Amino acid sequence: MAESREIQVRDAGALASIPVSPDALPVPGEESAELRGDRMILNMGPSHPATHGVLRIVLELEGEQIIKASPEVGYLHRGDEKIAENMTYTQFVPYTDRLDYLAPLANNVAYALAVEKAMGIDKDLPERTRYIRVICAELGRIQSHLLGLGSYAMDVGAMTVFLHTFTEREKIYNLCESLTGARFTTSYTRIGGLARDLPPGWTDALSRFCEEVQINFDETETLLSRNRIFMDRTQGVGVISREAAIDYGLSGPNCRGSGIEHDLRKSNPYLVYDQLDFDVPVGSTGDCYDRYILRIEEMRQSVRIIRQCLDRLPGGPINVPDGKIALPPKEHVLTRMEELIHHFINVTQGVNVPAGETYFGHENPKGELGFYINSRGGGTPYRLKIRSPSFTNLSILPHLLPGHMVSDVVAILGSLDFVMGECDR
Amino acid sequence: MAGTARELAERLKSRFNTALSEPVEYRGEITLVVPDPQRIAEVCSAAKNDCGFDFLVDITGIDNYGEDPRFTIVYHLYGYSHCQALRLKTSVSEEHPELPTVTGVWRAADWHEREAYDMMGIRFMGHPDLRRILMWEGYPDFPLRKDFPVSGRPSNVPEVGFTRTAPLEGGPFVTVAGGKDTIAREPRARKPDTEGPEPKDRPEHKDNSSTSQSATGGAEPIEKKQ
Amino acid sequence: MATSYPGLESSMDKKSTEYSYDSKIEGDVIVTRIDAALRWFQKNSIWPMPMGLACCAIELMAAGASRYDISRFGAEVMRFSPRQSDVMIVAGTVTYKMALAVRRIYDQMAEPKWVIAMGACASTGGMYRSYSVLQGVDRILPVDLYIAGCPPRPEALLDALMRLQEKMSKQPLLATQKKVA
Repeated sequence: MAESREIQVRDAGALASIPVSPDALPVPGEESAELRGDRMILNMGPSHPATHGVLRIVLELEGEQIIKASPEVGYLHRGDEKIAENMTYTQFVPYTDRLDYLAPLANNVAYALAVEKAMGIDKDLPERTRYIRVICAELGRIQSHLLGLGSYAMDVGAMTVFLHTFTEREKIYNLCESLTGARFTTSYTRIGGLARDLPPGWTDALSRFCEEVQINFDETETLLSRNRIFMDRTQGVGVISREAAIDYGLSGPNCRGSGIEHDLRKSNPYLVYDQLDFDVPVGSTGDCYDRYILRIEEMRQSVRIIRQCLDRLPGGPINVPDGKIALPPKEHVLTRMEELIHHFINVTQGVNVPAGETYFGHENPKGELGFYINSRGGGTPYRLKIRSPSFTNLSILPHLLPGHMVSDVVAILGSLDFVMGECDR
Repeated sequence: MAGTARELAERLKSRFNTALSEPVEYRGEITLVVPDPQRIAEVCSAAKNDCGFDFLVDITGIDNYGEDPRFTIVYHLYGYSHCQALRLKTSVSEEHPELPTVTGVWRAADWHEREAYDMMGIRFMGHPDLRRILMWEGYPDFPLRKDFPVSGRPSNVPEVGFTRTAPLEGGPFVTVAGGKDTIAREPRARKPDTEGPEPKDRPEHKDNSSTSQSATGGAEPIEKKQ
Repeated sequence: MATSYPGLESSMDKKSTEYSYDSKIEGDVIVTRIDAALRWFQKNSIWPMPMGLACCAIELMAAGASRYDISRFGAEVMRFSPRQSDVMIVAGTVTYKMALAVRRIYDQMAEPKWVIAMGACASTGGMYRSYSVLQGVDRILPVDLYIAGCPPRPEALLDALMRLQEKMSKQPLLATQKKVA
């Protein structure tokens, strides 16, 4: 099948003008007459160690420089929004875990808040529920950033950091397991409250964890922040300008890294964030190094928030007292008629969300996770749209990658910290 | 604060007058309806430049199956400077599901509009690269339309529409959106062709054999050859 | 750990792939068949090809991290190259769009190769009964082991790895090659 060719040293101009038949074997260094110059198409396929999931990027290269990049998503499109139209609101909670599967608690909180806003009961949530949900959201933030930084460092070359951050993640898994029953995909929140209350001793375990994880942050910073190789690979790479960040709709640490001081917890506060005292780190240059430092600082602020919540955690019920919204206690269901009917209707038909449309955006670790619920009454949404931060964060890649070298792609993808489960839904 | 959002909405409305409806407030959010979809790019551009809505949060398509116009497109806007949100809605019919693109206003609209095209079939005129984003090139259907079942549909182009229907044994048994009372909202098997906004007008199960949904005649699990 | 590894004493009556070792007679010399030795090497150095697609990939990474150390079984070399791996662990939901890539990667793996379907989505499609999800990766690949769970704990993955080691140790190796030749 191979025909023998003479290998000659030719210049690029002569190469481009030589007509080659379309069924000739491609030899590295030669190309067909359609391409001009030394361009090569490289496919960073859907199965790749550094793409953090199934993302495909088709790169057009000239030597080592990227000329054009076109990402292709959809390899994990599972049809969540279509499934949501065929489920009640409570039945959809497990699907929200698997959206941003690095911080499932935060997604649960976001979804529950969105449905409660649509129902108009977000002011009726008990205080205890609000504090516990804030703790869950911040735990999710720490979890997600730990893995984001761990795998980012591993891709860039520092393998030890991955093992260190995963040890801390295992501690969070222990906490989640005692709280919800599952290490990972928690499905903890319900419409109008939570699935169950905190187990005894959980708050002590959480404060012990807060002590230990601070040490881990310091270790990670020691390993990476002044590391010559890490700094060379990330400083000045993947600079996102302020205008581009706003224009492409970035949110979360990616937009804050470019100097935009915007955090949904401060600008449109929900739950109890307006009573808590925390800072929002903002970057200055918008390169990968900024985003890395920002994420570490965000984790420290999350620990600060958790400590304040633990100090102020009140007692009391965890569910809205209305039996039509949150399931009534089992002993009443089994003995009283009204609660039995409420339980039955709640489980078979779901909570009744009045007709109307709402949008709620939550500050997720990756950005702004929003749920747009268009309801026509009843227990299932007419249209549920999940506004996922990773989807919009990835749309900047065709603008951002050209001009960088191939090895910078890994650093940029890691610093954008997206997850495909959320992007493709 | 919806007060400031309302002021911005009023400002936009006063500029466009008949091209915008009155602002509607629900759960603290302001919605403006744009009756003529061809002017949506103009309205969005004014919202960005005059009223400071520089962040496009989301573009959503909704399929109002059984109503005319069939598709509603919802734009969620937000401003970083004033931290207020606004919602713009417009509608297009099934025969001409086209409206101008807003990628010239916000480049974030690029992928959102591609997704609206992929899922609903709404075309955006002037879009730089309108092709499918979540499904693959050549997929024959638009999955989020109401007449498309959640388990999928076999197609007559097997090279590109090679999906099989997922086994759902008669359809998802779930309550229906928009039921008036608890009787109408009882969970029933849902077939997409008989769905509509009026649940009591739905015909009862005409054929209980449920042939089309539970097509499990797919490939057998491959046995490993020893 | 001591599930069903054949004891050394009972290896006399097992099939041909077991090794026999009698310390009183042979001392430090092991008398065995080539089959058994090769299978012993293979099963204690399974190099996985992690087809980590969704949430199960995170538990796969947790199994590779320091707490549930998969390197105890010789499987820490998670190269993403199919040419260098023995077992493909499909962890996560396989969509129709991704199925082509998964099949191509499986075809690129060299014999002998095995497949573990990790999690509910890879085994049967999981809770995603929708238009775009392949209802089980066994529709396109021959699967040796299914792991239940959503996501399965890393201990479940390690248990599956041990069962795969058992399965590997029972398959005759040279006999297959002679048949093919």
